[in-house]
Amino acid sequence: MKRVKIRYRKNANGTSSIRLNCFCGYEKVNGKKKARRLIKTLPFHLVTEPASKDEIKLNDYYKIEATKIADEWEKSLLENDILTQQDETKIKSFKLNSKIPEGDLAQKWTNHKGKINLVSPANKRLIDVIVVGTGLAGASASATLAELGYNVKTFCFQDSPRRAHSIAAQGGINAAKNYQGDGDSTYRLFYDTIKGGDYRSREANVHRLAEVSTNIIDQCVAQGVPFARDYGGLLDNRSFGGVLVSRTFYAKGQTGQQLLLGAYSAMNRQIGRGKIQMYNRHEMMDIVIIDGKARGIITRNLVNGKIERHGAHAVVIASGGYGNVFFLSTNAMGSNVSATWKIHKKGAYFANPCFTQIHPTCIPVSGDHQSKLTLMSESLRNDGRIWVPKKLGDVKAIREGNLKPTEIREEDRDYYLERRYPAFGNLVPRDVASRAAKERCDAGFGVNKTGEAVYLDFASAITRYGKEQAHVKNLNEDDPVLVKKLGQQVVRAKYGNLFQMYEKIVDQNPYETPMMIYPAVHYTMGGVWVDYNLMTTIPGCYAIGEANFSDHGANRLGASALMQGLADGYFVLPYTIGDYLADDIRTGPIDTKLPEFEKAENSVRAQIEAFISNHGKNSVDYYHRKLGKIMWDKCGMSRNEKGLKEAIKEIQELREDFYKNVNVPGRSDEFNEQLAKAGRVADFLELGELFANDALKRTESCGGHFREESQTPEGEALRDDKNFTFVSAWECKGVPSKAKLHKEDLEYEEIEVKTRSYK
Amino acid sequence: MNLTLKIWRQPNSETKGKIETYKIDDVSPDMSFLEMMDVLNEQLMSQGIDPVAFDHDCREGICGMCSMFINGEAHGPDRLVTTCQLHMRKFKDGDTITIEPFRAKAFPVIKDLAVDRSAFDRIQQAGGFVSVNTSGNTQDANAIPIDKHDADKAFDAATCIGCGACVATCKNASAMLFVSAKVSQYALLPQGKVEAADRVLNMVNQMDEEGFGNCTNTGACEVECPKGISLENIARMNREYLFASLKG
Amino acid sequence: MSLTASSIGRKVAMALSGIFLVLFLTQHFSINLLSVFSESLFNQVSHFMGNNPIVQFILQPILIFGVLFHFVMGFVLELQNSKSRSTRYSVYKGKNNASWMSRNMIISGIVILSFLGLHFYDFWVPEMDYKYIKILPLDPDRYFDELVHKFVSPVRVGIYVLSFIFLSLHLLHGFASSFQTVGVNNKYTKIIKKFATGFSVVVPLGFVLIALFHHLK
Repeated sequence: MKRVKIRYRKNANGTSSIRLNCFCGYEKVNGKKKARRLIKTLPFHLVTEPASKDEIKLNDYYKIEATKIADEWEKSLLENDILTQQDETKIKSFKLNSKIPEGDLAQKWTNHKGKINLVSPANKRLIDVIVVGTGLAGASASATLAELGYNVKTFCFQDSPRRAHSIAAQGGINAAKNYQGDGDSTYRLFYDTIKGGDYRSREANVHRLAEVSTNIIDQCVAQGVPFARDYGGLLDNRSFGGVLVSRTFYAKGQTGQQLLLGAYSAMNRQIGRGKIQMYNRHEMMDIVIIDGKARGIITRNLVNGKIERHGAHAVVIASGGYGNVFFLSTNAMGSNVSATWKIHKKGAYFANPCFTQIHPTCIPVSGDHQSKLTLMSESLRNDGRIWVPKKLGDVKAIREGNLKPTEIREEDRDYYLERRYPAFGNLVPRDVASRAAKERCDAGFGVNKTGEAVYLDFASAITRYGKEQAHVKNLNEDDPVLVKKLGQQVVRAKYGNLFQMYEKIVDQNPYETPMMIYPAVHYTMGGVWVDYNLMTTIPGCYAIGEANFSDHGANRLGASALMQGLADGYFVLPYTIGDYLADDIRTGPIDTKLPEFEKAENSVRAQIEAFISNHGKNSVDYYHRKLGKIMWDKCGMSRNEKGLKEAIKEIQELREDFYKNVNVPGRSDEFNEQLAKAGRVADFLELGELFANDALKRTESCGGHFREESQTPEGEALRDDKNFTFVSAWECKGVPSKAKLHKEDLEYEEIEVKTRSYK
Repeated sequence: MNLTLKIWRQPNSETKGKIETYKIDDVSPDMSFLEMMDVLNEQLMSQGIDPVAFDHDCREGICGMCSMFINGEAHGPDRLVTTCQLHMRKFKDGDTITIEPFRAKAFPVIKDLAVDRSAFDRIQQAGGFVSVNTSGNTQDANAIPIDKHDADKAFDAATCIGCGACVATCKNASAMLFVSAKVSQYALLPQGKVEAADRVLNMVNQMDEEGFGNCTNTGACEVECPKGISLENIARMNREYLFASLKG
Repeated sequence: MSLTASSIGRKVAMALSGIFLVLFLTQHFSINLLSVFSESLFNQVSHFMGNNPIVQFILQPILIFGVLFHFVMGFVLELQNSKSRSTRYSVYKGKNNASWMSRNMIISGIVILSFLGLHFYDFWVPEMDYKYIKILPLDPDRYFDELVHKFVSPVRVGIYVLSFIFLSLHLLHGFASSFQTVGVNNKYTKIIKKFATGFSVVVPLGFVLIALFHHLK
């Protein structure tokens, strides 16, 4: 920091504001030479004459914050050539270059692979790559990079790479194999994904995804992933929401687990060979940038609190999504935004933060103690029918426990999805199904005590399957007891583990009474902006899997997350990264003694010490819960201008209060879960604001983002293609409220942009 | 519900630990066990006591991170569940609940109830994989049909979540159920058969080196396994191991 | 690691030596059973077993080796197992997931071992003394009387009965378990288990009844 100076100015009320003053050279005004300065006032202030220890600490903390912001600011000014420009009006905005290859859409990936730079096998040995996260994307990327010959260092915060939250994905993985012969093709998968994403994703990326999808299945089978098979020994498929073909491969309700264990086994092979160095229970605290390139990370060993430096020629972020900003979500307790947020603060643009998927089939909230929500696979909608009672009287009786759902007659049930969307029925995409459930519950038809639940009923599927089985086995199809028994067997074989999970949590038997479900936050389509090569706006820093924004637009189709994670990790990143690393073969090992590492480490230490010495009155969870409530109420399934503005203000206030009053017990040099959580919540508190701001700026409704101001008379989402066919990419400018919006315009060459209809 | 909790407290692996007793009131029967622990930790923090460290992540019974030995049983009194899926309705008002970490020499305590299970990772690294490159240039997924029964059995073995309940519950702290599940999964599939002999030798070798005990077929692991992994897998591994050894 | 040093290898050795001892037990039981029906037949068979060179100089050492091996290996494994958990659980409800027999093979084993000591002292030591040290003349009719003589004392019969109860407990887990160890767990397992349970009850019970028969006669 040379050009930006920090200045304090006393205010009348006993505080001092902090201003950043940047000298930008001289200009001539009225013939006189005059210094040109840019001035920035920070949104927080110091206590002019600190009286208590706490106030001194707070002042120190803010001073450190101010230094960081000043640093960032100077860097961004330098990057945008502002300090060398004499006239501010001439500063052009940084243009996002998505680097989509030229040529026919179907040939882009093939051509691109043929043209990009490669690193020779001998030189790969000289190159280190860091991978943060060991979910499907991170594990598969680590394995493949190591196999190609790079030296890989992989980090995860869990006690083993196998615990990453990809493991919880239940339903399946899509691939355009067309084994069922029902008319599937690469193009159809591509088309479904673009349409499902409500025309807010990048054509070229999605097409590439559809192309490599078939390789994933081949690869996984070769690795010994036990997918479901039919009696002929061939792979079985099921259908999923939002599509008209059966292209989903599955392993009961544990597909994510099986795929992750497959990728983990590929990783283990490389760890065994010494090509991957695995760091369990390590959290990435910051990225280190040297000469504008990502050159390493700072980590904290969660067992003993040691802060460590790790250098590499490229850094790959595969740390997943940020659904936990809502506190209650189907994400794991440890899932966090910190890795992606840290790179965002160091220059990576954050794209479409407001695109969040609310999954329609989760187990409803049972009380205030709730710590997380449990998803029931979307595959249940293949056989389950969703309904609420038609009469409010019945709803009341159910809530009071005087009526059982099974006692409600068929004509008194409202199968609202089948009613509203006859073509897709219960298999409409997730965003549509979620909103429809909310609409019914808001109208007072929710069927549990909190009024936030609808039924998912398997009775008719059980009867249908039972009759089928009775017929096959030459038994009496008209014996209801037998039919029920046989039908339950089929349902148990298909969804046994899900039904068991439901029963354990809710204490009701879903074979006998309909399940209760309600939407919950599940996946974030938004994420770090990346180009076609999956590189962020920081050279040498990549983002893959859920951590990036690229393939799902404004809404993700079921069974596509696993596909994207593995596609990025196995088949895309390992090749595109060579294009960048080809320049690094002579760089040699990265020296972690460089001042950039020193500085990054010091700022990490400062934050940790600030938390530990804060001794506030509220726990970290207290803030996380509050943030979650703001997010769910005002940035949840439907959003409006008033609510979003309130949310921004409330989050800012909450953040300020957090730094003042958060209590982090224990020490920094020990296993300290609260400390780890504090760092994560601090980042959520910033992301939340950017999220709300993004939602506020996007005044259209699209996919998972529903603005109440933009809907059709029937209450369907109304897109505004004229003004919003772009990706919002936010550049960090210190604090979230100052983030700068860049737009990447989306161009559709292959696909005609239409109103999405599932009617 | 009001409960008395007796919890193992141990600051780190070097220091000796001991059982501490805490009281907790107003526990709702709908809470999960870990949510009860969250409430306890909030309470401890407000009293200025260090919160209890425990491993947990997905809280839906699949990641395998949670690992508590509750009232003398791995993952508590309920069957086919992990600690995170255990609900307080399984306990009665006034109960005393003893909570200890998963104990085994191969699972050293990190802090309180959190243990280090990286021995499992090392066993997998010794051979728990199919040596196929991730180039994507493999044969078509449907090129080799697989008997549905074998595929189903392989899947059942593969559902192991690596939580370590089998080790924790075994009176000998044996890891045979865990290792055999992985060995079985691959031994049952044509893709894994090719290197089955090397795999089983290497994995069992690593298992022995980690200091797990020997299997005495008590069957406790199968009963306590949250995923119901069958003892059949151990028999299969024994068989595979014998043939592999004799093959030389 | 060689087969014999590995955990599975040792387990298999335990199982095989166990099955061998079960076979011996069956043979011992059959001969004992003869004593109930025919004094002369019992003497005849006993004499054959006691003086046939193949039995004496090949089978007997193998048997002794088998017994010793089974015990020594049992202790070695037990010691190793107890080392695999350095801190004990303060609450451990083993009975909720495994049978008493399976968890206490070492106890039933030690009881059987002590009994074997007594048994050797009663029969095998005098027998060796008779045949190889004092080298007394062959007497093909002495066996039955020796047998009956040993079952006169009610204390001795009590110890005998108690030991066989423990043998039964040992077998109830060990016999079926040895099949699992050598890798047999398939559709026949149910039948094997039933057979093993039947054997584990019937044979020790038979020994006990024979003892009581001679005691009360």
